[in-house]
Amino acid sequence: MSSSADVFYHVAPFAGFTYPNETEVPWSELIVIYPYITGLVAGAFVVSSLHHVFGMERFAPISKFALLTSLCFMFFAPTPLLFHLGQPTRALNAVITPHWTSAMAAFGYVAAFYICLLLLETWFSFRADIVALSKSTTGVMQKVYQALTLGSDDVSKRALDTDHTIARRLAMIGIPGACGLHGYVGFLFGSLKTREWWSSDLMPIIFLLSAVGSGVGLLIVIYVVACWWRKQTPDNGAMQGLLYVLWSGIVIVMVIEALEMVQMIYKAREGVEGVFELINGPIHVGLFFQWGGGLFALLVTSVMMLKMPNPKRLIFWLFIAGLSMMISVLAMRWNVVIGGQELSKTMRGLLTYHPEVLGRESLFTVATLFSAPFIVLYLAQKLLPTVWEGEPLEPEERVFDIHKAI
Amino acid sequence: MNKLPREEKMTTQDINTEKEASRMTRRNFLGLLGKGAACAGAAAGAGGALASAGGGAANALGGVGPTFQQEPEQYAEARKNPPKIPNYNWTEHKWAFGVDSNRCIGCLRCVEACKMENSVQMDRNHTRTWVERYTYLEGSDHALVDSIHDLKNVVPASKETRFKFDNRYKNAKVAKSFFVPKLCNQCEKPSCVQVCPTGATYKTPDGPVLIDTKYCIGCQYCVQACPYGARSLNLVRGTAEKCNWCYHRITKGLNPACVEVCPSGTRIFGDRMDPESPISLFLRNNRVNVLNPDMGNMPNVFSAGIDKEVI
Repeated sequence: MSSSADVFYHVAPFAGFTYPNETEVPWSELIVIYPYITGLVAGAFVVSSLHHVFGMERFAPISKFALLTSLCFMFFAPTPLLFHLGQPTRALNAVITPHWTSAMAAFGYVAAFYICLLLLETWFSFRADIVALSKSTTGVMQKVYQALTLGSDDVSKRALDTDHTIARRLAMIGIPGACGLHGYVGFLFGSLKTREWWSSDLMPIIFLLSAVGSGVGLLIVIYVVACWWRKQTPDNGAMQGLLYVLWSGIVIVMVIEALEMVQMIYKAREGVEGVFELINGPIHVGLFFQWGGGLFALLVTSVMMLKMPNPKRLIFWLFIAGLSMMISVLAMRWNVVIGGQELSKTMRGLLTYHPEVLGRESLFTVATLFSAPFIVLYLAQKLLPTVWEGEPLEPEERVFDIHKAI
Repeated sequence: MNKLPREEKMTTQDINTEKEASRMTRRNFLGLLGKGAACAGAAAGAGGALASAGGGAANALGGVGPTFQQEPEQYAEARKNPPKIPNYNWTEHKWAFGVDSNRCIGCLRCVEACKMENSVQMDRNHTRTWVERYTYLEGSDHALVDSIHDLKNVVPASKETRFKFDNRYKNAKVAKSFFVPKLCNQCEKPSCVQVCPTGATYKTPDGPVLIDTKYCIGCQYCVQACPYGARSLNLVRGTAEKCNWCYHRITKGLNPACVEVCPSGTRIFGDRMDPESPISLFLRNNRVNVLNPDMGNMPNVFSAGIDKEVI
């Protein structure tokens, strides 16, 4: 780290007038995927809640899966921050002695609370399955499942009802929790008065709504790929439901994003020329992906909303729309986090950020951290194969069904 | 002209150190500069003195000249046995800083002295203090601004350890040009302190905002929050870095290094509780302004002679 060559790596070329210290961009691509991953968590959780809390039956086949996805991604939400810190071993200082005037001080608590909530809800949702698995497996896996039951192997109707009630109540807490978690991430950026590109009251709302868009997109993509992998057909009702949620998400997020940009330009505060330069300069490719991806997804979903295609086409086009929404939101995160820093605090200069490919804060780290939740999700669904069951089963059927699943 | 540090304010430890020092030390080297430098000629001499301070040998950065960055052993020792500061009561002082832009000649001795005194990273992208050059060409309403991070203002082959404003406007018709030194404003309502998640950075009762480098986690939220670009990340230590008005010096009755070496009296420092201190006189005798007052940070660096273009 100490050689001048490494220092140079972090330095962004600049044009116009910037402060000398600004030429090293403080927040890298790791801070781009941090809100992206928390967004996916929030979005996936909202979909799982549509069934758990609101009882929308069409989401039943994917609600458990959505919950598990949310949990697996939440495990990795804090990791980009850890890799970003100059002193990662001191990360817990913010939790041990939080400085409450800081928006960031609460992050450890918010993240820990949310992981606990997701773990509890997942456990209550899967407890009956775990009990069944502990009785139908042998050897080491039986021990693992027995440990996961935490000694609670009552699968009477009363016990299952209690599970369901508690899981529902946890989900009810989880909805404001998910919104709070992600709105809070938006607040981290929106509350900084120094950066015109961030300093907006709409920032938490934009982050939250785009989270729903990307989270639903992620669920669609994983669900379709998983079904293809398992040689099964995705549930048509669930796919239609996901289409409705995705369309609503795209519409609202695009309208609010457009409003935010129009406001900034129309208010035309001092330095608005710098904003124009930013839009035309360093982030124009990012904006193309953000708006292009969003508009494409909006177009595809709107056509399907007007005339529902046959199930096969629905799967294909919804997959495409979901993927393009994920890309659009990723580009939006880049444009916000990196774009905000590419516009100098002087409002009279621009920087161009070039990410490192290898290193602690690099694209490689980002790729690794972003692959990790998918791998953990794969392992989690191996551990809990009942995640693919839609309807709740009677206990007797369940054991039999587990054998089929294994 | 600023007062030189009075001997009675110096601690016993300092006096002993001064007496015992037989070779050219950092402190009396700075002192010499402060006493002797009154014109640009002295500034040129400072370059030679800087080179001789390091013995002219090849330094760790690969160039010839002094190695300003502290050796790891020195840093560890300084952290292990921090110097004692007896007889200093931080409720009895209120430090403030003045910048008289009309006087600045852009020699950049302040930048180099600061880097040497405070072990700041030796490159053009990390600095605790810097000087901006504002130039209006004839017929233009907007100033062209450059500073030490512009490669053209780095002394060639110095490996970004030495700086000098280049003569880029020699063929242009310049209507007006001036220099503005900048540093941490040690604000009354510091954004950096507000956003620090651990409380590692804090406001002292006597004015400066300090960083506990043993507690800082290096999240750089403070770097984002500072409206003045005064903060950076020390890549070697992994913690935030900024000017603290040489707190280790001012608590012993000395001036900050940049004030000490300034040959033109641009940088003024003192205690506002002392009505006869240089800063009190400066504030009394000048109409001063602060940078970006609309940010609401209430800076403690007061500038005279700055222009509407200065932000």
